[in-house]
Amino acid sequence: MKAMFRRIWGLMYRHLALYRRSWPRLLELGYWPVLNMCIWGFTSSFLQARMGNPAVMAGATLLGGVLLWEVTLRSQMGMSISFLEEMWSRNLGHVFVSPLRPFELVLALIGMSIIRMMLGVIPAILLAWAFYAFNLFAVGPVLILFFMNLMIMGWAVALGVVSLVLRHGTGAEPLAWAFLFGLAPFSAVFYPVSVLPAFIRPFSYALPATHVFEGMRAALLDGVIRWDHLAAAFALNMVWLAGAALLFTRQFHAARVSGALISIGE
Amino acid sequence: MNAIEVQNLSKQYGDVRAVNNISFAAPPGTTMGLLGGNGAGKTTTIAMMLGLLIPTSGRISVLGHDMAKDRFTALARMNFSSPYVALPSRLTVRENMKVYGHLYNVNGVDRRIAELARELDLGAILDRPAGQLSAGQKTRVALAKALINRPEVLLLDEPTASLDPDTGDMVRTWLEQYRAESGCTILLASHNMAEVERLCAHVVMLKKGEVVDRGSPDNLLLRYGRKDMEDVFLDIARDRRQAVPA
Repeated sequence: MKAMFRRIWGLMYRHLALYRRSWPRLLELGYWPVLNMCIWGFTSSFLQARMGNPAVMAGATLLGGVLLWEVTLRSQMGMSISFLEEMWSRNLGHVFVSPLRPFELVLALIGMSIIRMMLGVIPAILLAWAFYAFNLFAVGPVLILFFMNLMIMGWAVALGVVSLVLRHGTGAEPLAWAFLFGLAPFSAVFYPVSVLPAFIRPFSYALPATHVFEGMRAALLDGVIRWDHLAAAFALNMVWLAGAALLFTRQFHAARVSGALISIGE
Repeated sequence: MNAIEVQNLSKQYGDVRAVNNISFAAPPGTTMGLLGGNGAGKTTTIAMMLGLLIPTSGRISVLGHDMAKDRFTALARMNFSSPYVALPSRLTVRENMKVYGHLYNVNGVDRRIAELARELDLGAILDRPAGQLSAGQKTRVALAKALINRPEVLLLDEPTASLDPDTGDMVRTWLEQYRAESGCTILLASHNMAEVERLCAHVVMLKKGEVVDRGSPDNLLLRYGRKDMEDVFLDIARDRRQAVPA
């Protein structure tokens, strides 16, 4: 067990050493979340100034949506990009012939994803509180469950992306940036599912994030905790995570058969 | 028990048979050379031995562990070095070594790094980013990484490529010492025939994925009637001369 944690720490140490040595990388972690918060914070301030009280709550759900979506996005990118860093440095050959098990690799990437997400999202949360009078923590302790669900969804998507990169190499790399953006319109981040056309709603409800954002709006607007949505988010996340783990296992095996692990990154 | 046992190993990519039914074994504490021209199947064989590639058929056993079923136990006791696989360039040599010290669960990793730095003359570059090193320094660092866990089986792919003659000789001497002191088994893929003659007790010659000859360097020199392994290599690669049967 100790050896397992040491191997996981070994890979995390490699990424932490990289961030210690590269301030642009460190800066980039917080750059986009803070920039997003500025854009939506000013938009929300403008709406409140023009429309008065009704826009206050709309602004709050907007800012809540921005911050929580960043949790998903940064968790996904934190995991995928940490893997891509290994590929870009042509180091995967050494990693895969070390005693590090594939599931330990995944746990190390998850560890890095949590660190990267915190470094990215916390400055944006503080900015929202300091400049736009929006306190995300006002949602209450249920926020922890929102965070957990969104992170798990991010990891499931990232594991899917990593699986495809393992199998198809750098050709699948753009998915690390693009895939989750494609899900945003259907995840009810800024508007309720009821706004979507009826035929899209089943797809929307199959996304764990949709239930979190519906729950967030219920908590912010009505002060109600929607346990049904939280339960649905957890259940869907388990399905997504199991699907991603299966895909990863199969693609890793396929890469070992085809020889893709030897040439990955080239 | 042999430290390395490869039995009837084959690898097929579509219509291409990269490795065709090869078998060889290396007793503990020996250095074996895996030789052949480009495309002979050396890298494919090493990749299968490291578990990076699943064989189409055949069996590989390292230190008594079947690589198909129990590769992680074997991988903890072996290591690999190739100038063609890089280490993270922004990390310093020391940081890179620490990463692999943790991955291989090395006790007293700082002490081990200091030992290797002394033995491989890395002291002056320990705190330099790996990307800023010369080709020769990178090769020595890759070798240090391969020795971080005091491996019982060491797979080396051209370990002295891009080293100047002096450093190359130092590394060969060091490898000989390490093998003698630790009893490590070394599988060496190299195009440097002088190196092969000096280090290897036994040589397996590959061509188009098949074993075309094998034996000690002395035995091969005798059978091909040559004075050095370079000519033996060329005889085999170009089908110039047939050996006297062993």
